[in-house]
Amino acid sequence: MSIIEVKNLYKVFGPSPSRAFALIDEGKSKEEILRKTGNTLGINNASFTVEKQETFVIMGLSGSGKSTVIRCLNRLIEPSRGEVLIDGQDIMKMNKWELLQTRRNKLSMVFQQFALLPHRTVLSNVEYGLELSGMEKGEREQRAMKALEQVGLKGYEQQYPSELSGGMQQRVGLARALANDPEVLLMDEAFSALDPLIRTQMQDELIELQASMQKTIIFITHDLDEALKLGDRIAIMKDGEVIQIGTPEQILTNPANDYVRAFVQNVDQTKIITVSSIMLKAPTVGLHKEGPKAAIRKMEQARIPAIMAVDAARKLKGIVTIDDAVRLVREKKDDLTPVVSDQVFTTTPDTPIANLLTTALETSMPVAVLDEEGRLMGVVDRASILAELSKSMEDEETPVPLSEQLDEEATTPGKEA
Amino acid sequence: MNTMEQQLRTLLDIGRGFEALITWLTANFDGFFDTTRELISAVLQAFQATLLLPGPYLMIALFAGIAFWRSGIGTGIFTLLGMYLIHIMGFWDVTMDTLALVITSVVIALIIGVPLGILAAKNDIVERIVRPVLDVMQTLPAFVYLIPAVLFFQLGAVPGVIATLIFSLPPAVRLTSLGIRQVPGEIREAATAFGSTPMQMLFKAELPVALPTIMAGVNQTIMLALSMVVIAGMIGAGGLGNEVLKGITQLKIGLGFESGISIVILAIFLDRVTQSLGKRN
Repeated sequence: MSIIEVKNLYKVFGPSPSRAFALIDEGKSKEEILRKTGNTLGINNASFTVEKQETFVIMGLSGSGKSTVIRCLNRLIEPSRGEVLIDGQDIMKMNKWELLQTRRNKLSMVFQQFALLPHRTVLSNVEYGLELSGMEKGEREQRAMKALEQVGLKGYEQQYPSELSGGMQQRVGLARALANDPEVLLMDEAFSALDPLIRTQMQDELIELQASMQKTIIFITHDLDEALKLGDRIAIMKDGEVIQIGTPEQILTNPANDYVRAFVQNVDQTKIITVSSIMLKAPTVGLHKEGPKAAIRKMEQARIPAIMAVDAARKLKGIVTIDDAVRLVREKKDDLTPVVSDQVFTTTPDTPIANLLTTALETSMPVAVLDEEGRLMGVVDRASILAELSKSMEDEETPVPLSEQLDEEATTPGKEA
Repeated sequence: MNTMEQQLRTLLDIGRGFEALITWLTANFDGFFDTTRELISAVLQAFQATLLLPGPYLMIALFAGIAFWRSGIGTGIFTLLGMYLIHIMGFWDVTMDTLALVITSVVIALIIGVPLGILAAKNDIVERIVRPVLDVMQTLPAFVYLIPAVLFFQLGAVPGVIATLIFSLPPAVRLTSLGIRQVPGEIREAATAFGSTPMQMLFKAELPVALPTIMAGVNQTIMLALSMVVIAGMIGAGGLGNEVLKGITQLKIGLGFESGISIVILAIFLDRVTQSLGKRN
């Protein structure tokens, strides 16, 4: 179920938005509108929905409009046109009081520079949102303590923000947002101001926290690696437009245009692309109904030297090689069970391919892909693992044979002169 | 000067215009000035009485205690010895008169200045009007408004308070406005995002965050008020200013120096204590 729906959102910055909209309706470009009216199109017809309990990342470089979009969700910035539905309610149509209640109860925000109040202690900062909605002291203190515990800041209640490191300050920011128990967390470049080690640590902790609390998170970032790591789905923005929405894998394997392609080029794809995208459908023999002859025929058809053996519930029992099957036929035996070998590696569909490298080098057999119940979903073979891994290395510098290098120097004499 | 310029001069007789304005104000706003005078006078006397009531020893101990609490052992000892010196020199009562004058002026300056500063911070038009007015208040020589002040409020401590007020109000307004304008945008955004009403924004976010800057303004206001005391003595405001003036006019160099030292001791005490108010733990 979607909790946030953004439909055809526009934000025009500048002197005369209405003139800009006249040109937008005529289908004029962003540059033309700026030239003719002096208006900047901050958000250009953005639409997306965010599902309950998902982590939705909006990614883009500076000036792409991502921060404007997130601020339109709680009306820190007034959208110029379009709809923003929170739980089905249009935030643009809310009166002052409804808007205040929505901000207090449904949406909490975490800021890039933390935005803590310097004159308040950590505890009092975390209580801030609850204090605004008029909760009495005892209860809000209790809830603030719980939120501090969640982010691992127990024992720091009486410190002041200036006494904490950046990472810890942002934990306070996160605790302040969690204390309100909102439905949606809006995180605006929340980890961008932290140094890389702390950032990675905070990302891991957010993932962990999210697994237990199951909030809806909208996360803004300019860092693709961060987007891929955190996002269930990612929206990529450029010049105020949403140019692609998809899972990390969809974005990597199927970039919508050259801009996205250029973006994802430098990502180590093998850490993101999972087994499921190179998994092949595997022929199997059912031990409960098929014998060596059936196994041989299937292997011949698929031109493979071994076949996965499963039971009636498609649970993987092992692997049968063609040599063993032929031997059984020669010995006139019908039961495959004695030759089923358990010498087969297994993996899960959401394992990153990079993790399979050592296995691929160790065995010549395909790797079986199993679901949570141990049922066979398919196989990945050595060739496709190695092919995928080498694809991601294409751009890197490969050794050049000396002879080629010498030839090159011989044909371009006097280059130095 | 040619004839045209002479004509222009007659047309633009700023001095006469100012005179006419003062005459008109004295004639038509007599009641207003009287009420104001009585009000300020009452406040001033209340402060004077309160400061003199406990007697010098108790007050010296109290001042030293405040200095020690807010600013440390050094200022505490300095205040103890300095205030005792004032008492020994026989200036205790006039020093308290001066302090009452300063407190009254500063309290009024803050009652006017802080809200005006908030307004100026929130509204660019107010800021644009207020700024040149403050410039005039700070640069116009004190004697120029001392005379009208006497015309409006008669001789005595009340025109002294008014003159001190005019001179010391600007930093309170300026630094309040500056402090609020300097509140980081993200803190304002956070306050809004968590559901602040405009009042909650002001009292729970903007003013507390701006407080150190506002307190720097308060400190400046107090210091300027104190520096105005001597001049206020010329129109019969009493206090240490009067003693300094006596020293100058009667060539009593010793008297002038001793009362001058008293002002300095009072200034250092007030400065250290108010500076500490802006600091965060």
